[in-house]
Amino acid sequence: MDNFTVGVVVFPGSNCDRDVSWALEGCLDIRTKYLWHESSDLSDVDAIVLPGGFSYGDYLRCGAIARFSPLINALDEFVKSGKRVLGICNGFQILTESGFLPGALVANKNLNFICDDVELDIVSSKGGWFNNGGEKQTIKLPIAHGEGRYHCDSDTLKKLVDNELISLRYKNNPNGSSFDIAGITNEKGNVLGLMPHPERACDEIIGGTDGLYTLKSLILK
Amino acid sequence: MDQFAVKVFVRLRPSVLDPAGEATKSASIKLGADGIKSLRIGKMIEVKIEGNGENEVREKIDLLCDRLFANTVIEDYEYSLEKL
Repeated sequence: MDNFTVGVVVFPGSNCDRDVSWALEGCLDIRTKYLWHESSDLSDVDAIVLPGGFSYGDYLRCGAIARFSPLINALDEFVKSGKRVLGICNGFQILTESGFLPGALVANKNLNFICDDVELDIVSSKGGWFNNGGEKQTIKLPIAHGEGRYHCDSDTLKKLVDNELISLRYKNNPNGSSFDIAGITNEKGNVLGLMPHPERACDEIIGGTDGLYTLKSLILK
Repeated sequence: MDQFAVKVFVRLRPSVLDPAGEATKSASIKLGADGIKSLRIGKMIEVKIEGNGENEVREKIDLLCDRLFANTVIEDYEYSLEKL
């Protein structure tokens, strides 16, 4: 795994790209490479992170414009090949807008931009993204979003539940998300989208390490 | 080529909570406007577009609405079209 490289996508307006890269390289010793959104060559990366931020200024809808970038167009084949894609916050919004994950993320119920640490229940082990320390069923991660209210219709929700695609649920729903959903995977489990920021919980000095496992999972097969 | 002015209205689906609309409704009542039963906020997009006749332009606008202007998971759209 020495050469395993995680591509960290940079859109105009991404602002967590360096945090993700720092967490992967500095805390986990995993090599990273920044991928400009105009690039469609994904041949030298083994996994991809779509970081948080405000891609294209969140114009039209969060993630709506990013969906049309050459990089996202190339992502389809990458995902089909089984390689891992992690979308954090704005990255999650991009994954839903582009149809890699079902549902949508809309304005928080209370209209506040919420910046806080939240307790999360690990619901499904699909894809192995949250097998934190074996027995641990609840983790604490920071959230920072204005439009993180997960919404889907009842048929989609049933499908998410029946197929164990819900990875994380808020213990105390901060934003009005349907079914307290904080993170979901695709059916194969190789694509995870979540509103909380695991990259901001990778070092005790900044308040916790519950995000380490999820980032480390990028190297899982 | 004909040119058309298109007005696209994008609205949150009725089943989706509109907190911005609720906040505006609350402010409207504080302003003294009573009788407001419901207030929801959408978007209006104005497009000038040319094509060979109305049908071709409608096809283009349908594609734009479905794939870009609206996210049909949460939004509905409709549009009006005027030949210039």
